[in-house]
Amino acid sequence: MDKFFSVSRWWSIVLKEFLQLRRDRVTFGMIVGIPLIQLMLFGYAINTDPKNLPTAVIVADQSEFTRTLVSALRTSGYFAVTEQLSTEEEGRAALAQGRVQFVLNIPADFTRRLLRGERPALLLEADATDPAATGMALGAINQIAQTVVKRDMTGLLAHLAGDPPPFEVRVHRLYNPENNSQFNTVPGLMGVVLTMTLVLMTGLAMTRERERGTMENLLAMPVRPIEVMTGKIVPYIVIGLIQSSIILLAAWLLFRVPFVGNLLAVYVSALLFIAANLTVGIMLSSLAQNQLQAMQMTMFYFMPNILLSGFMFPFRGMPEWAQTIGNILPLTYFNRLIRGILLKGNGWFDLWPNLWPIALFTVVMMVIAVKFYRRTLD
Amino acid sequence: MSGADDDLAIDVRSLNKHFGDKHVVNNVSLQVRRGEIFGFLGPNGSGKTTSIRLMCGLLTPDSGSGTCLGHDIRTEADKIKREVGYMTQKFSYWDDLTIRENLNFVARMYGMEKPREAVNEALENLGLGARANQLTGTLSGGWKQRLALAACMLHQPRLLLLDEPTAGVDPTARRDFWEELHRLAAQGISVLVSTHYMDEAERCHKLAYIADGKLLAQGYAADIVAEQALHTWTIHGERLTELSDQLRRAPGVDQTVAFGAALHVSGRDAAQLEKTVREFSAAQGLRVEPSETSLEDVFIYMMNHSKNNAGAAA
Ligand SMILES: Nc1ncnc2c1ncn2[C@@H]1O[C@H](COP(=O)(O)OP(=O)(O)O)[C@@H](O)[C@H]1O
Ligand SMILES: [Mg+2]
Repeated sequence: MDKFFSVSRWWSIVLKEFLQLRRDRVTFGMIVGIPLIQLMLFGYAINTDPKNLPTAVIVADQSEFTRTLVSALRTSGYFAVTEQLSTEEEGRAALAQGRVQFVLNIPADFTRRLLRGERPALLLEADATDPAATGMALGAINQIAQTVVKRDMTGLLAHLAGDPPPFEVRVHRLYNPENNSQFNTVPGLMGVVLTMTLVLMTGLAMTRERERGTMENLLAMPVRPIEVMTGKIVPYIVIGLIQSSIILLAAWLLFRVPFVGNLLAVYVSALLFIAANLTVGIMLSSLAQNQLQAMQMTMFYFMPNILLSGFMFPFRGMPEWAQTIGNILPLTYFNRLIRGILLKGNGWFDLWPNLWPIALFTVVMMVIAVKFYRRTLD
Repeated sequence: MSGADDDLAIDVRSLNKHFGDKHVVNNVSLQVRRGEIFGFLGPNGSGKTTSIRLMCGLLTPDSGSGTCLGHDIRTEADKIKREVGYMTQKFSYWDDLTIRENLNFVARMYGMEKPREAVNEALENLGLGARANQLTGTLSGGWKQRLALAACMLHQPRLLLLDEPTAGVDPTARRDFWEELHRLAAQGISVLVSTHYMDEAERCHKLAYIADGKLLAQGYAADIVAEQALHTWTIHGERLTELSDQLRRAPGVDQTVAFGAALHVSGRDAAQLEKTVREFSAAQGLRVEPSETSLEDVFIYMMNHSKNNAGAAA
């Protein structure tokens, strides 16, 4: 009787895929190009330190001090004062409509209370729908306040300039209370890039054979579905690891993302996640009739991943139904893993709850893929 | 395995296959003996490729059963694949692998003992040793066909299923190809080869003719021709098209087929046919002679009859 799994047949598939991949310049370009393009887009263009964000001010207290404050806001570069409003309601409406990103509220008796040393509060309301957009500006606000204090609190008022500062800035994040640091995006990109390229490339792997007419030849040979599928996957594991390394290097060198955790844990998580994506790809590949369909299915899979995995929007800020979908996607768990390792220094014990769901997902996908693999041309 | 069928390489009975509501293979039964070159003829779209795929387990029949090298085509496709060499109609090796890489792949797939030696030998026989590292996609049609044949024979199959292996190949290459087939048959390898070249049909030991999914005849060429009991005259001359139209309406003529400057006129009623032909030749001053009914005459006759019958039944 024939062996259930023949290593030599499997290896022959692996070799074939490597050889074909080596000659496929477009795919090869994609392997390096996609991580770089994504890094540029998300890392620089989109998540760059946004400046000149539209800001409304509600100044209920006109004094020399508040005027300095507003002009300091302007000169900081982060805030562009675009509107003067008179009530808090107007401010909320401006935020809700997306006209402004911030509303600075200076209460009526601010200067008086400041001079009395009562440490009054300024209220800065922020539209934090996109945390990346507001993060830097909010980080700057206290700096601005300090400058104002240093410049204006001189002479008679010098006693106020000490520590703690004579007034406080209360930041109120609207719509999205979870605070994302700028370092969230770049590690998150790793999972996004892996999902996009690996699912697409393996998605095309089987349909390509079908469209070129080589599938009939493959089917006529005594090779088992599991050998074909796992054999086709191997080269892409290598590709996935190369891409992961490109992004890790960029994260470290270009974006100065802290590497608090263990690099081995990063690669173990990446490897598992790569496997998950490859099984998705190979499953779509055996479902799809042709390359176009495989491509469409990949896009269909990619959309919820990029939107609902916590990459774009903070996971806990999403409605319950979205979280439910997100909980099925391996990218959700990988985002937590990679951010947890790099930024929080999570250890194996912390990682486990996010590791096993990916492993389970992989096994389920592989079973489905083998089930759907057509052994005949019917 | 029943002893009586031991010498049958292919033995399929009442195979049926539908695609949608199209009956592509209609009750096909076919037997190929070991060591025999069996020609599978029929016009395009008649179901040759589909029948071959059914025989080697690449398609599942809707009904019917059979064996290929003694293995059940429904349940033992794996065993069949290991012992059969199948050459697809459309070239199906990998264009982006070199010739050697393609052969290496095949050798490993079949778990050959000495893949390197086998591949080198195949390259040698092919005369492709010098071009072994050339990408397969850059080969011409004739070379691709030779490579495909070499590749499907690499694992020394006992049965070859060749689907229109000589389509689009120049005459010299075709002749070499058929010589190779006869050498293989002499070694005891069975061959089922589909084609629509009539000259190739005559190089087969046995033939089957399929039209519209139905097997219309099967056996030795001479028997198939004799079975139809057709008599044929050849008319030489010019403006044969016009003549052909007139003849077809004349008594005793069942069929006319043009072969270049000659017209084959066939009919079952020998006496009536001769009378008609002689009348025409006398009236128009044409040269006529009685001739052998060719395979082509017979196939055309069978195809038209199966169509007419189908038309009458509908
Ligand atoms: N996979 C398929 N799906 C639908 N129809 C098919 C398929 N394969 C073949 N056919 C149809 O079945 C008929 C017979 O095709 P085929 O077996 O390729 O004929 P041949 O090889 O004699 O030219 C044709 O009409 C063809 O269009
Ligand atoms: Mg065909």
